Amino acid sequence: MLTYTIRRLIFAVPTLLIIAAIIFFLLELAPGDPMANVPLTVPSEVKEQMRQALGLGEPAPIRFVLWLRQFFWIEPLNVVDALVGTSFAEGELRIISWQNRSPVFITIAERIPQTLWVVGTSYLVAIAIAIPIGIYSAYRQYSMFDQAGTFVTMIGFSVPPFFSGVLVILIFAVQLRWFPSIYDTTLVVNSWDAFVMQLKQMFLPVMVLALQITSQLSRFQRASVLDNLGQDYVRTARAVGLPEKRVILVHVLRNSLLPVVTVIALYVPAIFSGAIITEQIFKVNGIGQLLITALQANDLPMVQTLTFIFAVLIVVFNLLADLAYGILDPRIRYD
Amino acid sequence: MTALVEVRDLKMHFPIHTGLLRRQTGAVKAVDGISFDIREGETLGLVGESGCGKSTAGRAILRLYDITEGEIVIDGREIGSVTQASLRKVRPTMQMVFQDPQASLNPRMTVASIISEPLDEHTSMSRAEKRERVYDLMDKVGLNRRFANRYPHEFSGGQRQRIGIARALALNPKFIVCDEPIAALDVSIQAQVVNLLEELQDELGLTYLFISHDLSMVRHIADRVAVMYLGKVVELASRDDLYARPQHPYTEALLSAVPEPDPAQAERQGSRIVLQGDVPSPANPPEGCNFCTRCPKVMDVCRRVDPAFREVAPEQWVACHLHDPEHAPAGAP
Repeated sequence: MLTYTIRRLIFAVPTLLIIAAIIFFLLELAPGDPMANVPLTVPSEVKEQMRQALGLGEPAPIRFVLWLRQFFWIEPLNVVDALVGTSFAEGELRIISWQNRSPVFITIAERIPQTLWVVGTSYLVAIAIAIPIGIYSAYRQYSMFDQAGTFVTMIGFSVPPFFSGVLVILIFAVQLRWFPSIYDTTLVVNSWDAFVMQLKQMFLPVMVLALQITSQLSRFQRASVLDNLGQDYVRTARAVGLPEKRVILVHVLRNSLLPVVTVIALYVPAIFSGAIITEQIFKVNGIGQLLITALQANDLPMVQTLTFIFAVLIVVFNLLADLAYGILDPRIRYD
Repeated sequence: MTALVEVRDLKMHFPIHTGLLRRQTGAVKAVDGISFDIREGETLGLVGESGCGKSTAGRAILRLYDITEGEIVIDGREIGSVTQASLRKVRPTMQMVFQDPQASLNPRMTVASIISEPLDEHTSMSRAEKRERVYDLMDKVGLNRRFANRYPHEFSGGQRQRIGIARALALNPKFIVCDEPIAALDVSIQAQVVNLLEELQDELGLTYLFISHDLSMVRHIADRVAVMYLGKVVELASRDDLYARPQHPYTEALLSAVPEPDPAQAERQGSRIVLQGDVPSPANPPEGCNFCTRCPKVMDVCRRVDPAFREVAPEQWVACHLHDPEHAPAGAP
């Protein structure tokens, strides 16, 4: 298992380098000028100097290598400095956002908690709902419950969040006035009332996201349980006279969770990247919104860094999913 | 000898739903009225071609399905119409060994936990007693005790089938349904497993319902044999009578298909009876005798009247008009 993990991690290095190169050169080809928002009254020589100051004077391959050095060497050094109080990274140029001239990673660190709160919660809620629904739907296949579940998940699948999000805002925030329509990032939870307020403002975005994730996960769970219910070992478990509860919760559930756990692990990167639209609708000040505004402002270092972080997350969680499979299924052993 | 298992007019129909409103429009008559007894300590072979309802019959007798109709008495207890919940207490007397030894073992449980799971449920043994019992069972079926903590995928097919047998034996059952227990194994292993089943029968006084399509293997292990065709038992006789003097045309055809290893004997065996056509759908069986569409000796009456199951010789039961004095053609036995 350890050798397998190390081998996979080594193989991940060229993968990530290629991904980084693709992102970098795609952005290089994209139209747009970081100086576009500078007033026209500024003379072009000054604009050119500003470009040089941003490091745009060098050719693209050199800037790519410089970016790699910043990402993999200088930024980690800064983290060490912040944690231990050393000054290894003193005087080195960090990855700087073109929008606000501050280091990209500081902005990201500010935005991550909001995303984790909203999207992470919705993910947990979705798992907690989807797995029991999936099991029961499969156990009572073609029952009213199953039919209703299929219908709702079909809606969850097919209605995009930019529609369902606006719809729930219209119903629950505008008409019924139960929940606020905007997520207030400045809210400090220091009292019971503030906590209730936090729950209330999280409710709508969490539910919109959870609907989508639940739809997908419960379908996976249902299919997987159905697959296992027809197996001989389930029939044997019944033949030896085990109670139905034990048959389902021990034999069927444990085996059917296997593919679902993998799917859950593979979806985790989406927690960080996939909620772009929902964050935008509910004004959640998270990573997704950061990416959108960076795109609109031609803030290439920010876009490059965020996209690359998503890529790293995907590679890492793919590996984790494989390892989880190896731990959960005794038939799979990596050596 | 008394009958341990009595099956009377057992029917297992699976409904077919079609149309917009999923109304029941028919039924697959997988098992359509079979009756037989299995005596204590004997092996009843149940043979027939694929899809004739052998496995369904075996599962229905153990009430793994909710049967459509009929009576099943096992060890003096009527189990045909009781609820699944109350059946649980009866389950230890009747167990099953399945065809596919890989699929019938939970891939995520070790051998020890697979064998001891029935003990967890039906006995109040202590942990040490259970471990002792598991080792005891593993010895009985010829598995090395050191394998107790391994997973099913680490074993060969024959070893897996031994695990399945050990699990079935865990609760000291009286009656075991062996549903093609050797079909998924290669021939050398088949003999081992069949011999193991026979040894266990002698040692523990087990009663088997041995479902198989392998006529030579059934000849080896069974005391009596029932032949099924399209959901019905067409012939039931002691092994020697059935193989020496088959009475039903279908049995004759089946037996003529068994290859004879000795070429000299094969010459004398005569020509094979090759049945024409396919087995009719069990959802829509022919009127009259189920076999009338393919029977080489078909008569007019066969297409109209379903033959009764009658004793034509001592201990030999046949469902065929050829043996009905009313319809038998002149010159027939």
